[in-house]
Amino acid sequence: MMTQQQALEIVKRHRNNRVVVTTMSAVPTWAALSDSPLDFHFIPSAMGHAPDLGLGIALARPERGVIVLNGDGCMLMNLGSLITLANHPANIHLLILDNGLYEVTGGQPHAGVGHADFAELARGAGIRRVYSFDNHDSWQAGAAEALAGPGPAVIWLKIEGRLGQQTPKPPRPMSEQIARLQAALELPG
Amino acid sequence: MLDGPSVAAALEDCGVSHVIWVPDSVLGSWEPALSGSQRPTLLRVCREGEAFALAAGLVLGGKKPVIFIQCTGLFEAGDALRNAVHDLKLPIFMLVGVRSYYAHRQGKSNDSCPVFTEPILRAWQIPYVVFEERHTAADLAAAYRQAQAERRPGAVLVAE
Ligand SMILES: [Mg+2]
Repeated sequence: MMTQQQALEIVKRHRNNRVVVTTMSAVPTWAALSDSPLDFHFIPSAMGHAPDLGLGIALARPERGVIVLNGDGCMLMNLGSLITLANHPANIHLLILDNGLYEVTGGQPHAGVGHADFAELARGAGIRRVYSFDNHDSWQAGAAEALAGPGPAVIWLKIEGRLGQQTPKPPRPMSEQIARLQAALELPG
Repeated sequence: MLDGPSVAAALEDCGVSHVIWVPDSVLGSWEPALSGSQRPTLLRVCREGEAFALAAGLVLGGKKPVIFIQCTGLFEAGDALRNAVHDLKLPIFMLVGVRSYYAHRQGKSNDSCPVFTEPILRAWQIPYVVFEERHTAADLAAAYRQAQAERRPGAVLVAE
């Protein structure tokens, strides 16, 4: 097992100049690790829809590449997005940070605990590149390969759950985030 | 009256980059024209909420998508619509098929969809126009261009 912090430190090493979309409990952890205009904290969010938002950016900016830091509870809210990702080849790497909890609501189990196999779900959806890591050493060893190469790719990471977390807040207002991102993507505002 | 070829041509003329859709039986007849065009590109999603988040990502990346769904899907997509339009403040444009619209108006339908479609759009603060038989793809283009010029969301409801 690894902590969310350990998992995301490794992502940071391999993100290069890609857009990183975060949501829910990954928001404060990633914001403490990175302050790039290419970070997009999808909060306030639409429940479960970070993969779709990331896919939209990836399709719009194919030269860029997108990494989405999704949660397990978020993934369960929108399993159809795995099918949608498989249907639209794009430079997108979807990480499922699986702590077995709805962490942002204080740490309640969700309906998939103990039986949802996100790798099998992704493969069944038609994603060809699927990786699973359940400890820090294996993720450290495999991240370079998993986070490189063509998308869509799904990476399932088992991480430690935390109880008593606060509702995450974005590091800056949404309007500023969008302006920063679009400037970094060299788009007119 | 709207049809696939005229809608596809009007959207291309407007510079629309993508049509994101879950079709209904009326919009579904436009599939050959929409899937056959390079621009706009047709993007298929599994559920209508996905359409709004995918559209949001495309807009963030500088593209000009529109969403084609049925009213039932509009109801399903509420949270994603709210987020894209009101949290991210993106000018999302949608075309929504309203099942049983004419039958409802004539008092000949028990379908609840036409009862709630317009109140839902008003609740979500989405300006909309209802298209009946007489409306054409040129009207669709005009509605899209006006919404874009005013940098606001907009909906066209297609009476069915
Ligand atoms: Mg979780």
